[in-house]
Amino acid sequence: MKLSKISLVHLALLFSLFLGACTTAQKATAPAPAPAPAPVAEGDAYTGTDTVKFLADGVPDRVFFSTNKFNLTTAAVNSLNKQAAFLKANANLNVTIEGHADERGTREYNLALGEKRANIVKDYLISNGIASNRIKVVSYGKERPANPSSSALAWSQNRRSVTVRPN
Amino acid sequence: MNLCLPRVYLLNIEAGIQDLVGDFPGMTFAPRFSPDSKKVIMSFAKDGNSDIYAMDIKTRVVERLTDHPSIDTSPSFSPDGSSITFNSDRSGTQQIYTMKSDGTAVKRISFGEGIYGTPVWSPRGDLIAFTKFFRNKFYIGVMRTDGSGERLLTENFYQEAPSWSPNGRVLIFYRETPSDDKGRGGNAKLWSIDLTGYNERMIETPTDASDPMWSEILAKK
Repeated sequence: MKLSKISLVHLALLFSLFLGACTTAQKATAPAPAPAPAPVAEGDAYTGTDTVKFLADGVPDRVFFSTNKFNLTTAAVNSLNKQAAFLKANANLNVTIEGHADERGTREYNLALGEKRANIVKDYLISNGIASNRIKVVSYGKERPANPSSSALAWSQNRRSVTVRPN
Repeated sequence: MNLCLPRVYLLNIEAGIQDLVGDFPGMTFAPRFSPDSKKVIMSFAKDGNSDIYAMDIKTRVVERLTDHPSIDTSPSFSPDGSSITFNSDRSGTQQIYTMKSDGTAVKRISFGEGIYGTPVWSPRGDLIAFTKFFRNKFYIGVMRTDGSGERLLTENFYQEAPSWSPNGRVLIFYRETPSDDKGRGGNAKLWSIDLTGYNERMIETPTDASDPMWSEILAKK
């Protein structure tokens, strides 16, 4: 029997494959400025600094979100303005924005939520003059918590996007 | 193509051949077959937000089924292929919806306390199994396809993604133990429970395991 004729019904299996070997090369696309989202009330977004790391002196690597939300808070906008200035001053530097969610909710939903958060951050950086081909987006959903505890504090620290330098 | 993103593939088990189902924007995830295995439904994010799409496996023609600024994902066909159930946060929280398989007649069916996700239609067509999160616990439960008659079968720290046995009497899902404050622990194992709510048991696997799905072969023999 030819393999091509084997019924998909019995032999095919669907799966999502995460290919870890990433390259930073991307096709160049013109920056497409998007309107900056209006900052919203802080909600239950984390406002502390315990988990924050820095891309450079005074440039926080992450912003925090309210439960089930993807809007940028005032604090998030302040941090992203610093990231945008840093990226403008370092024009040869590309970044990946990781989107994360807290553990409440199912895995597939949180993957989508993490991606949505990371895309909002990407759009904001683009609207501040950073070329879209310098920014990649990935979602880890709830798979990579910054704080593995199950508490309101941990959840708020985990609802985040983190801007990282690949490799 | 961006190789960094999760993608949906078809795997021919016998030949071991992997076939990318399409180069879509953003990550592509939550794939399920239609009952006749001619289509795949899945979600991906066009313009940054996840919606549900169907792809004809032979022609590779893609059809958009939901078009809403909310997150729509975790789709599952009814056994006759006429309907799809999925979860969406269009109400503000994650809830379960049904629609016709062409994307029309969208209807919310979960209205209980908490959030609802990963709906899967029973082989007999009468029930939808789901994951529920309420007061910091995860439940596996079932409801009728109109959302009535909600019945929770099992409660735990973290469990999700039920799949029906072909005869519709047993659900298989996975459960994780909590990790400690340093992130240790968190082992995932497969569990099954009867639709009656009895006979809960762990399925032995050589390593950690998650996201089980019952094959249809037994039902077709």
